[in-house]
Amino acid sequence: MAKVPVQFTLNGSEKAEFIDSGTTLLNALRDKIGDTSPKGGCHQGTCGACSVIIDGELRLSCLTLAETCNGTTITTTSGLSESGVLHPLQRAFLDTFATQCGFCTPGMIMAAKVLLDHTPNPSRDEVVEALSGNICRCTGYEPIIQAVLTAARANSQNAA
Amino acid sequence: MELRKNYFADVRKDDLHEIGQPRPRSDSPGHVTGKTAYFADRNFPGMLHLKMVRSPHHHARIRSIDTSEAEKHPGVVKVLTAKDVPHNVYTILILIQIGPEDETVLADGKVRWKGEAVVAVLAETERAAQEAAAKVKVDYEVLPAVFDMEEALKPGAPLVNEYHGQNYYLYDSGECRKVRFGDVEAGFAGADHILEQSYQSSPIEHAPTETTGCVVAPEGNDRFTCYTNTQAMFFTLDNTSIILQMPGSKLHFVGGTVGGGFGGKVDVIVEPIAILGAKLTGRPVSFIYSREEEMQISSPRAAEKVVIKDGVMTDGRIVARKVTGYTDAGAYSRHSPYGAQKGAGHYPGPYTIPNVWIDTYCVYTNRTPSSAMRGFGVTIGDFALEVQMDKLARLIGMDPLEFRFINAYRDGDMKAHRQPTEGAALIECMQEASRAANWPVAEKFMAMSSYKKGA
Ligand code: FES
Ligand code: FES
Repeated sequence: MAKVPVQFTLNGSEKAEFIDSGTTLLNALRDKIGDTSPKGGCHQGTCGACSVIIDGELRLSCLTLAETCNGTTITTTSGLSESGVLHPLQRAFLDTFATQCGFCTPGMIMAAKVLLDHTPNPSRDEVVEALSGNICRCTGYEPIIQAVLTAARANSQNAA
Repeated sequence: MELRKNYFADVRKDDLHEIGQPRPRSDSPGHVTGKTAYFADRNFPGMLHLKMVRSPHHHARIRSIDTSEAEKHPGVVKVLTAKDVPHNVYTILILIQIGPEDETVLADGKVRWKGEAVVAVLAETERAAQEAAAKVKVDYEVLPAVFDMEEALKPGAPLVNEYHGQNYYLYDSGECRKVRFGDVEAGFAGADHILEQSYQSSPIEHAPTETTGCVVAPEGNDRFTCYTNTQAMFFTLDNTSIILQMPGSKLHFVGGTVGGGFGGKVDVIVEPIAILGAKLTGRPVSFIYSREEEMQISSPRAAEKVVIKDGVMTDGRIVARKVTGYTDAGAYSRHSPYGAQKGAGHYPGPYTIPNVWIDTYCVYTNRTPSSAMRGFGVTIGDFALEVQMDKLARLIGMDPLEFRFINAYRDGDMKAHRQPTEGAALIECMQEASRAANWPVAEKFMAMSSYKKGA
């Protein structure tokens, strides 16, 4: 299989890899680069566990070919906390018991982050809409929605 | 939530300082930072990928298996069939003396459900394993199959599982689990009304977000570390030890982190074959269900059928209950004989009924083997029982909640299993429920207690 070079910025650091052409970004991140925070729940674009942020947009890394990510900036959940300080979303998921088995959590947090980046004060409906591509089988969606709303409030208090 | 201290005031301990206090879960910081290590987050150099060749038929005799083309496929390292498995026929609950062993790790001579594992292919990449698996040739002679419990129990039905000899599990109490209490026929004879209904459920898939699987790394010295998302660590360790005929001291299982299970990860399916692959190749092995496999292959909650006949008096007392329960085990036992047995214990409900007669059957069909799932054996039973309770209340023109107060068991009542009731709190729960739901009941029910008989 042909190897192709890819280069992108992952959570603030430069990555350069030779990967098999056709490798998904999910597999490249997990198996080559060693960032296992995006999870593979379905590998077919239906569960959202693999969600990452590419150039500010929410993307399913299982449906994204790594070779198309050249020159992009990618954020995953493992890159959210800075020097041990949790991001407000991480704090809120922790404090409001919005994570049970935790498998969906990184994807949920990514989806929520893109929402809050664009809409710092979302309505409940906007939160529901933003999380609609992410499946959780354990926690139940209500605590997750509450966590996102809590993080939004924390954010707006910080800004004020 | 408001804590009502008037309940059980004289037996209540009030010096507790943990209960009712929020405590952070120890695993949440890992979850929110993406640091929690699930089994599939382990990656080892030189790791092989295992893919199963599965039966396309519900019931078939295997005439021959030809793996030669698959073995030649680029990237393939090993192909495993039944003859490679040291102790190929097993059953999960044999560890607690529940037999017979009735399931094959890899099919030997016959397949009994569509999706059954026949041949395991180990290759350098997932894709090579998948392609090679498609090249395995299995010659099947398709046999008649049975998919319905009632059909399976009829004389002359196709025999699903030879290790049982008939299409139901043979308990030490006979062809079913039984509860006998009082004289149910006399109870019906004296009842004002009789209501017989049947209830049915379909299999339900747990659909955990993380699929079933394991990653095995040889440690050298013939020892193996298996990272797994099993929900049943010791069943898995001990059964693997039996299947592979290896002492447990050579098997090092690492688990505890499960990306959703709900009972769907208690069977011992992936670990033995993955460890065998690692043992025979000397290389790490990863065996992970695709989402498609998870939905089609993993054991669902059993389909059940429950027939309930109740005798009830116009004043609301249930005087007789007869229940026949059927649990569809699919082709193999797994945890189903236990599920059916739990049903037998459960069908009297939390009610005091003087005459009870219960039979529960664990039935074999050519469907996907069912197993544990959140209260398996009792959840569907509860659905049936409580729908039946509402119907009974309607039949005698009584409020459904008041009807339950009349029959609720209280401390000192003799249960159908001949154990006196202890520590009941059903009355108090229903009192709270009536308040919370704004569903008023007569004052005399609000004055009742589970604790003091006759209040
Ligand atoms: S793994 Fe990408 S959406 Fe499920
Ligand atoms: S917490 Fe388990 S899938 Fe969401």
